[in-house]
Amino acid sequence: MTVTENAAELAPAKEVGQPRRRKEDARLITGRTTWTDNMVLPGMLHLAVVRSPVAHAKITSVDLTAAQQAPNIVAVFSGRDFAEEQGSIPCAWPVTPDMVNPGHPSIAVDEVNHVGEAVAIVVARSKAAAQDAVELVDIDYDVLPPVLDLETAVQDGANLVHDQLASNTSYHFVFDAGDAGTGADTDQAFADAEVVVSRRFVQQRLIPAFMEPRSVVVQPQGDNVTMWSSTQVPHVLRVMLAMVTGVPEHKLRIIAPDVGGGFGGKLQVNPEEVLSLLVARRLGKPVKWTETRSESLMAAHHGRGQVQYIDVAADREGNVKGLRVRLLADMGAYLRLITPGVPALGAFMFPGIYKFPAYRFECDGVFTNKVPTDAYRGAGRPEATFAIERIMDELAVELDMDPLELRRKNWINAEEFPFTTVAGLEYDSGNYDMATEQALELLGYDELRAEQQQRRQSGDPVQLGIGFSTFTEMCGLAPSRVLGSLAYGAGGWESASIRMLPTGKVEVVTGSTPHGQGHETAWSQLVADQLGVPFEDVEVLHGDTAVSPRGMDTYGSRSLVVGGTAVVKAAEKVVAKARKVAAHLLEASEDDLDFSAGKFNVRGTPGAEVGIQEIALAVFAAHNYPEGMEPSIDAEATFDPVNFSFPHGTHICAMEVDTETGMVKIRKYASVDDVGVIVNPLIVEGQIHGGLAQGIAQALYEEAVYDADGNLTTGSFVDYLVPSAADLPHFDTGNTVHAAPGNPIGAKGVGEAGCIASTPAVVNAALDAVRHLGVSDILMPLTPERVWRAIHHGGDGGDRATAGTNAYGGAQTESTAGVSTDASLGGEL
Amino acid sequence: MSQINVRVDGASYTDDVEPRTLLVHYLREQLGKVGTVVGCDTSNCGACTVHLDGEAVKSCTVFAVQADGCEVTTIEGIGADGALHPMQKAFHEMHGLQCGFCTPGMIMASIDLVNDNPDPTEDEVREGIEGNLCRCTGYQNIVRAVQQAAGEMHGRSAGATETLGAQS
Ligand code: FES
Ligand code: FES
Repeated sequence: MTVTENAAELAPAKEVGQPRRRKEDARLITGRTTWTDNMVLPGMLHLAVVRSPVAHAKITSVDLTAAQQAPNIVAVFSGRDFAEEQGSIPCAWPVTPDMVNPGHPSIAVDEVNHVGEAVAIVVARSKAAAQDAVELVDIDYDVLPPVLDLETAVQDGANLVHDQLASNTSYHFVFDAGDAGTGADTDQAFADAEVVVSRRFVQQRLIPAFMEPRSVVVQPQGDNVTMWSSTQVPHVLRVMLAMVTGVPEHKLRIIAPDVGGGFGGKLQVNPEEVLSLLVARRLGKPVKWTETRSESLMAAHHGRGQVQYIDVAADREGNVKGLRVRLLADMGAYLRLITPGVPALGAFMFPGIYKFPAYRFECDGVFTNKVPTDAYRGAGRPEATFAIERIMDELAVELDMDPLELRRKNWINAEEFPFTTVAGLEYDSGNYDMATEQALELLGYDELRAEQQQRRQSGDPVQLGIGFSTFTEMCGLAPSRVLGSLAYGAGGWESASIRMLPTGKVEVVTGSTPHGQGHETAWSQLVADQLGVPFEDVEVLHGDTAVSPRGMDTYGSRSLVVGGTAVVKAAEKVVAKARKVAAHLLEASEDDLDFSAGKFNVRGTPGAEVGIQEIALAVFAAHNYPEGMEPSIDAEATFDPVNFSFPHGTHICAMEVDTETGMVKIRKYASVDDVGVIVNPLIVEGQIHGGLAQGIAQALYEEAVYDADGNLTTGSFVDYLVPSAADLPHFDTGNTVHAAPGNPIGAKGVGEAGCIASTPAVVNAALDAVRHLGVSDILMPLTPERVWRAIHHGGDGGDRATAGTNAYGGAQTESTAGVSTDASLGGEL
Repeated sequence: MSQINVRVDGASYTDDVEPRTLLVHYLREQLGKVGTVVGCDTSNCGACTVHLDGEAVKSCTVFAVQADGCEVTTIEGIGADGALHPMQKAFHEMHGLQCGFCTPGMIMASIDLVNDNPDPTEDEVREGIEGNLCRCTGYQNIVRAVQQAAGEMHGRSAGATETLGAQS
C-alpha cells in the first residue's frame, strides 16, 4: 500500500445514494434461503385447519371421531378443547374509550362469524394425512342470517353479527378541526359555501396476497418455546403471544426467517399462530402449519372496505372552504391487531395537500360476517387519498376548472413549509409545484392532451383521459407520544445496536424486520458511511428475538426513517467511544482528532492515525485502553421520532378507454415522488414500482367479492386478480428531493407511496376519458363490464359482474348496496 | 406407491411415491429441494416453475410419477460450477426481486422464454412471464433483467444502456 499525505483522497465515495446491488439477493436467486415452510424438525407434526363453510351460525354439534380414526392422525381438536386457554386475538388500538370489542377467539367454540373461521384442527404425521382428515370432521351448524352490507348493518333493527351486542357498530370516531382548535367551524363553512359537491365513494375490500403463504413452526423445549413464523412483526408477536397464551415472554423466542412479502398482511397476531403454539404445547411436539392459497385469501386479514361520504365546500373561484368526511369502515367479524385504527389513521390524511380552513371527520367501525380487515399497504391513507383526489376532480368539473389549476390554487406552497394542516399535522418539507412540473414533462402532457382533443373530435371509439393524483402521506410511524394520544397500545420507536468484531467486521442488529425491503443492503450503506468501513464488512442481523431483542418491526414506511435512524445513532455512539480509545492510543486529546474514512487522525500530525477497525481489535485484546472506560466500543440506540415524515408526489395516468368494449388500458404512467434523501435509488425505485402495481390493481383488477350468503367468491388466484406483467404498464418514475428535517438521514419513507398515490390517478384518468359521455363515477375495480355499462347505461357500472357468473357479488356487498338499481344497470342485463 | 427414477439437478434418484404426489411436493419433501416453492393451489402463480426435460413447467401441475425417466432442473441446479446463471445475475443486477419468493419460478420461466425467443421485446417478455405472479416488484425490473440476460445468453453485449436507479 502506498502512503499518501492526503486522507481525503483515500476516502471512499459515499455509500448513501449509491444504487448498491442487494446483499439479500445471493440466497434468494439461488433458492438457498430459509422460508418458514422449509423448516423440518425431528418428530415434527403437521396441522391442518378445518374452516367454517358458513358465514354466520351457531355450532350445534361437533363429531371428530372419523377424523381421529383416520390413518396417521395424532390428534383432532375442536374449539371446546382450547376454549379455556385460547384467550382473544389482541386488539392494540382501541380508538375510542367506549369502543366495543366482542373478543376474537382463535378457534370458534359456539358460533362462527365468517366463512373460513377455524372450527377444528387436525394434527397428523404428514401434511397430506392432515389435509385428508379435514374432510372427515363433522360439524353441524344452525345458520343465522349473515350481515354483509355496511349500509344495511347500521340501520335500526339490522341483523346482528354478535347477538350479545347492542348493534353492529364497534365505535364512532370523530375528529373535528373546530373542536381540536386546528380549524374553523365546519358546519358554518358549508353553510356559507357558494359551491358544495358531495359524493359517495366505495373502497372495495382488497386482499394483501403476499406471495409466500403464511407458515408457522413451533418447537416446545422444556419450558421454552421457539416459533418460526412468516411474520412482519416478530417483536410485536412475542409480546402479544406471551400475553395471550401465558408463555412467559422470556421463555418465548420468535424467529422470522426470510419472509415472502407482507404489505401489512403479515402485521398480525394470527389465530393460526396462537393455535400452533397451543397445539405444540398440548402435545409437547414440534408442529408446522402452512396455509394453502385458498385459506390465505379467505382467512388472512383483508384491507380497505369503506363506504365514504365526502362533501367539499368551495367558492366560485375554486378556493376550498371546508371538507366533511363520513365513513363506514368494515371491521369484518372481529377486531384484530389494528383493525379499528386503520380508518382512524386515515382521518388525518383526507385534507391531503390542500389548505382547507375547516374539516370534520366521522367514522363508524362496523362489524360484518366477513374476515376481519386490518393493515394493507397504506392502511387508511390510500382510502383518504382516493377520496380527496377524486373529489377534487369532481369539484373541478362542477366549477368548470382545469383539475390541475384547482389543485394548484389550493395546495400548500413550497415557502409555507413547515405547514400545520387543518388536521393538526405539521407537514415537514416539499415542493408540490416542482414535482408536478417534472411529472408533466415525464408524461408528455401537452401532446397527450392534444391527442385527447383529436380523439374526442373525431368520435374515436377509443377515448383518452388524463388523471392526476397530487398526494402526500404520513410516514415514519411513529412518534410514540402521538401514538399514545391516539390510544394505540405501543410506541413507535426503533432500536439498533452495533457490534464491532475483533477482526474489524461489523454486525448491525436492527429491530426493524424486513420482508423484501432490502434492509441488509441499505443499513450496510448507512453504517459504511458512518463508520468509514467497507460496505462488504457490514452484516445486518434481524428477525430473531434472541438476536435482536428490541424492535417494533416493519410497516408504515417506517424502517429507514425510524429504524435507519436508530442505526445511525448507534454508529455515532460507536464513533464516540472509539474516539476515546483513539485518543488514548495516539496519546492525543480527543478534541485534536479528526475522523474520516474510518480513521482517526491527529490534526496536523501526518501519520498519527488509527483506524476504527483496529480499535475494535485493541478493545478486544483490552491490553491498553483508557481508564474508566469499558473495553468495548459497541453501542446501541433507540430512536423515537418527534414528528411523522411526509413524502409527497404527483402521479399522472393517461388512460385509453375503448367505449365499445369497456376495456381500459394505461397508455402512460408518470410519477414523481419526493421521499426525502435517497439511500439506495435502486431500492427506492423498486418500492415505487411495486406500490404502483398494487395501487393500479385496486383501480383496475382486485376486489374481494362475497356472495349473498357470505362466501368469498374470489377465493383463489383464478378469481382474485393479482396482476401479471402483461396487465401492467411501463412506469416512468422520477424524484425530487426535499430532506426530511425530522431525522439525520433526511429520509421520508417510500414503501407505500406508489400504492397510495396511484389508485385515484387511474380512476380520474378513466373518467376524464368518458366524462363527456355522461359518466361521472365508476366503481372499482374498473372491469370492462362496469365501464361498458357506465358508458352505455349511465350510473357507476354497478355490480362486479352479472348474476350467475362466478364473480357475481350478489346484491349485498358493500360495493353494490344502494348503488345497483335496475336503472343503473341499464335494466335486465 | 409407485417407483420412479428421475435425475434432479444432475443427481439420480430412485424413490417410491404416492401416485397423487405432485412433483413440487416430491422435490420439496422427499428430496429437500426447497428452493422451489409453492404459492398457490390453482396453478396460477408459477412460483413452483422448474424445467422438465428442458421445458418450463409448473411443478404443481405435474405428478411426480409423470417425471419418471425425466431430467428435472430446479433453481438449485442452473448455475454451472458454482457460478450464477446469466438470468440469476441479471435479476441481481437489475433489482428484479424484492422478497424473492417468486424469484426461483420467475427465473426458471424466464430462462425458458429466452431459450425460445433470444431477443424478446418488452411486450414479449411481459406476455412470456404472464403465468408467474410477483407481488413485490411491479415487474418492470424483471422485464429489464430478462432482456439483459437474453443479451448475455445469446452472446450480445448486455445492451447496458439502462442505468439502474436512474428513475426512468
Ligand atoms: S404453486 Fe404452482 S402455480 Fe402456484
Ligand atoms: S419479489 Fe416478492 S413476490 Fe416477487
